[in-house]
Amino acid sequence: MPRRNALKEWSAAAPFLAPNFLGFLLFTLMPVGVSMVLSFYQYDNITPAKFVGTANYHRLIVDPKFWASLANTLIMMLGLPLTMFGALLLALALNSKVYGRIALRTIYYLPSISPLIAVAVVWMWIYNADQGIFNSALARIGIRGPNWLGDISWAKPAFIFMGIWSGIGGFTMLLYLAALQDIPRSYYEAAHLDGAGAWQRFWYITWPLLGPVNFFIIVMGIIGGFQAFDWQYVMTGGGPAGSTTTIGLYIYNNAFSYSKMGYASAVAWVLFIIIFALTLLQWRMRQRFGGAAQYE
Amino acid sequence: MENSRQKLGQLVLFLLLLIGGLTMLLPFVWAVATSFKHPQWMTSHPTDLLPRDAEGHLSLYWRNHVAVWERTPMAQHYIVSLTVAIAVTAGRILTSALAAYAFARLKFRGRDALFLLYLATLMIPGEVTMIPNFILMSKFGWMNSYAALILPGIFTAFGTFMLRQFFLTIPADLEEAAMIDGCSRLGILLRVIMPLSAPALATLGFLSFIGSWNDFLWPLIVTNTKDMFTLPVGLAQLQGDYARETTLTMAGAVQVLVPVFILFVIGQKRIVEGIATTGMGGT
Repeated sequence: MPRRNALKEWSAAAPFLAPNFLGFLLFTLMPVGVSMVLSFYQYDNITPAKFVGTANYHRLIVDPKFWASLANTLIMMLGLPLTMFGALLLALALNSKVYGRIALRTIYYLPSISPLIAVAVVWMWIYNADQGIFNSALARIGIRGPNWLGDISWAKPAFIFMGIWSGIGGFTMLLYLAALQDIPRSYYEAAHLDGAGAWQRFWYITWPLLGPVNFFIIVMGIIGGFQAFDWQYVMTGGGPAGSTTTIGLYIYNNAFSYSKMGYASAVAWVLFIIIFALTLLQWRMRQRFGGAAQYE
Repeated sequence: MENSRQKLGQLVLFLLLLIGGLTMLLPFVWAVATSFKHPQWMTSHPTDLLPRDAEGHLSLYWRNHVAVWERTPMAQHYIVSLTVAIAVTAGRILTSALAAYAFARLKFRGRDALFLLYLATLMIPGEVTMIPNFILMSKFGWMNSYAALILPGIFTAFGTFMLRQFFLTIPADLEEAAMIDGCSRLGILLRVIMPLSAPALATLGFLSFIGSWNDFLWPLIVTNTKDMFTLPVGLAQLQGDYARETTLTMAGAVQVLVPVFILFVIGQKRIVEGIATTGMGGT
C-alpha cells in the first residue's frame, strides 16, 4: 500500500476513532500497563513509589490470606452446576409452546438484572437470625436456624444459594434458549419418525449440540465468579473470620483500606492471568468444536 | 384427543413455571410488603407477608418511603445516579457508534489489529484497572466528582464491538447511494446507519443505563461524601446506618429496584435479544 494512500485513509478514519480510542487508551489500556508496573512497586498514593522487584509476588505466594480468599472464591462458585441445570430446565420449558412465554421469561430474568446492592439488602433480611423468613419458617417446624451470615459454616452456602437464585433465570438461561432455538427442527422430526422418545431426542440430539454453549457458560461463570465483590462487601464484609472474603474483596481491602496498592496490583494480576488462561482455553475449545461463532 | 392432551400438558407446564416464577419473586414481594408495613407491626409480626398498620389492619403505610427521603439523602442519590447513568449511556452510544463505523466501513492500515486489541480488553477484570484509574482520578483532582463517576465508564470496548457487529449487517449499497448524492461520511453515519441501527442502539442504551445504575465498586472507590454517592453506595450506607429499622431499609431497596424493573419490562425484548446475540451480559 503506497504511503500517501495509507495516510489519507488514516486521516479519514481518525475523527471517527479518536473520541473512543483516546478514552479507551486513558482508562483501559494505560491502566493495564500501570497496574503491571505497580505490581513491582510499594505504593500508597501519598509517598513516592518504591521499586521492590518481585517482592510483592514472593509475598503473595506465602500469604495465607491470599490463598484463603482464592479458596473462598472457588468454593462460592460451587453453585454453578446447579445454576446450569436449573437454567437448562427452564430454557427447555420456555422453548416449548407454553403459554405466556415472554411474561415468564421476564419474571425469571428479574433477579439477575436487579442492582446487586438492593438484592443484598433484601437477602440480609431474609437471612436474619431472629426474624428472617428462613429461620421463622424453620422455627414453625421446631428447628432453630443458624445465624446464616454470621456462622462460619453457613455463610458460604448462603451466598451460593443466593447465586443460584439470581443466576438461574438470567444470562445462562438466555444462552441455552438461543442455543436450543439454533437446533434445526428437522433433526427432531427425523428422530421422531425413527421412533425416538422425548428422552432419547434430548440425550442424542439436544445434549451433544449444547456442548459449545455448556463450555462457554462454565467459563463465563468462572470468570464472573472470580469477580464476586458487592454481596460480600455489603452483607458480611468478608467475615465471619474472613470466610467470605473473595479475591475481589481482598484486592479492594489491600488497595483502599490498607493502602497497599502495589501488593493489591500483584494480586489483581494473578487474577487477570487466571482469567486470561480460561479465556484462551475457551477459544481453543471453540475452534475444536467449530462453528458457534456467536460465543466469542 | 391427542390435541386436548397436549393442551392439558401445556397448562400443567405453565402452572408449574408460574409457581416457580412467583417463588423466585418472593424476596421482592416480601421486600415491597415490608416497605409498606408499620414499623410496630413489623417488630411484632416480622414474617407477615401483608402490609398492615400498627393495629394489624391491612393498609399501605407509605410513611416508610417518605422517611427514606427525609432521613437519608436518597433524593440526592437519585439525582447523582440519574445524571451519571444518562451521561454514561449517551457518551457510550455516541463514541461507540463513531468508532464502530470506522471499524465496520472504513479501510485503514492496522484496523484489524486495533479491533483485536479492543476485543482482547473485554476480558480484563475490573480489579486490574480500578487501582490505576483511582490513582489517575486523584492526580487529576477528580475524586468525588461527576467527572470520575462518568468519564471512565463511557469508553468501553463492549459498545464498539456490539455496534460494529450490527453495522456489518447493514447493506453497503444504501450508503453508496447517499455518497453519490454528496453525503459526507459523518452524514451517512447519522442519517443512514444510525436510524437503521435503532434496535442495536436501544439494546446498548438499555444495557448501559442499567449497568451504570447498578454499578457499585467504582462509585464506592471514587466518592467519599454522601452528596456524591450513587444509589447503590447510598443504599449500602443506609443499610449500615439503619440496620435495625427493616421497614426503612426495605423501602430504600425497593426504591432502587423499581426503576430497573420498569426499564427491564419496557426494554426486555431488546435487552434479551442483545444478550443472546452478542453472547455477553454487557457493561
